Amino acid sequence: MEGDFDFDIIIQSIPYLAEGMMLSFQLALLGIVGGVVFGTLLALCRLSPFAPLSFIAGSYVNFFRSMPLILVIFWFYFLVPFIVGRPVGGFWSVTIAFIMFEAAYYCEIMRAGIQSVTVGQVYAGQALGLTYRQNMQFIVLPQAFRNMIPILLTQAIVLFQDTSLVYVVGLGDFLVHADIVANRDNRLMEMFSTVAVVYFVICLMGTLFVRRLQRKFANE
Amino acid sequence: MNETEKTTPSAEPSSASCMIRMEDVSKWYGDFQVLVNCTTKVDKAEVVVICGPSGSGKSTLIKVINGLEPFQEGEITFDGVSVGDPATNLPKLRSRIGMVFQNFELFPHITITGNINLAQLKVLGRNDKEAEKRSMELLERVGLMDQKDKFPAQLSGGQQQRVAIARGLAMDPAAMLFDEPTSALDPEMINEVLDVMTELANDGMTMMVVTHEMGFAKRVADRVIFMDEGRIEEDCSKDDFFGGERGERAQEFLSKILTH
Repeated sequence: MEGDFDFDIIIQSIPYLAEGMMLSFQLALLGIVGGVVFGTLLALCRLSPFAPLSFIAGSYVNFFRSMPLILVIFWFYFLVPFIVGRPVGGFWSVTIAFIMFEAAYYCEIMRAGIQSVTVGQVYAGQALGLTYRQNMQFIVLPQAFRNMIPILLTQAIVLFQDTSLVYVVGLGDFLVHADIVANRDNRLMEMFSTVAVVYFVICLMGTLFVRRLQRKFANE
Repeated sequence: MNETEKTTPSAEPSSASCMIRMEDVSKWYGDFQVLVNCTTKVDKAEVVVICGPSGSGKSTLIKVINGLEPFQEGEITFDGVSVGDPATNLPKLRSRIGMVFQNFELFPHITITGNINLAQLKVLGRNDKEAEKRSMELLERVGLMDQKDKFPAQLSGGQQQRVAIARGLAMDPAAMLFDEPTSALDPEMINEVLDVMTELANDGMTMMVVTHEMGFAKRVADRVIFMDEGRIEEDCSKDDFFGGERGERAQEFLSKILTH
């Protein structure tokens, strides 16, 4: 009946929803890993004493932080095939859009992290004969990551929520699959409530985990 | 001191016994001049103590030797290699100069052994076994074998500084630079660090030590450099310095730190 809350429809659609969730997770994971790697490189450029390099990285960050994510997703959907010269499919254009967009935010986090490592540590590495690259790899970045783990994870939670925006290019993520079931069976209330609860639980667990980490670091 | 050497026109400034040579070195931070025409040299196996009031440029003087701080004028050579020459491979040069810092600067994210191993592995290209062997020898020498698997934060200041010395020695350096190695230590830990340094000096290590520990200077130093306002005001043998052959500024400084 229309008026009753129908749990059966939720249970029946679990496999289909799970399939959507897999895509959400994949996008989030690729976005986080790619974003952190690219963002760290951007941060190194931003902190470079070579002015043109830091200017370009700074402009990149300011540009992407001034764009709505949904626009970037749309834009890359048309831009990437145009640049590559052949269709790449929604998944890869969206993945690239996420990495490019999130890198701007991860850049700022990593920049703060690198700057949180004292100049004395840098000197100590240099004095031992480490090259700039070795000093970054073995001394500065491990400490920067460690100092920034809570903020990096918080950003990862935001990114996970943002993956739901891929509905604009027709990719079947968790939200889109729920939407399809909701419209097919006219069970909007059930399906969107389920989506809300699932997102809430995942993100709350993430947030609680971050808080525990922060307490652990504070005690050390 | 070495009059004859200067009169020989063809003589290379880096004679066989000279390890560090500074000639007319000046350095500015913006408009502020931190080093003013500093000239000195350190021979092999010589121990030179640098003292002076805070802000006199002592730390900067030793940080320009391994190129941690750039300088604008003058020339510095380490074992015949020019520090200021852009063609010089600075990382390689630095790997031959051990440095110990006021705040220890052990790497907090790796163990004590890892701290001493790291540059041996990455810079000298020793394998795990060789590096481990050298690290254990040095930990034994500074008396911290039982701490080898701990992290720096679990050690006392004095212990951390001894590890830092071991970390520098692991590179088998040609000289060691000490930047106020005991200034951040509680009084009861100062001696354990000075003992290690004394032993090192007795073994013939070339050392430049920025310190206010005048007892150490009296016991161990061959020469004392006194700095004030970026200038090397005194550069004389230990006996001359403590025997009264010193200028007014140095006299004033010594009476200030010795009356406490």
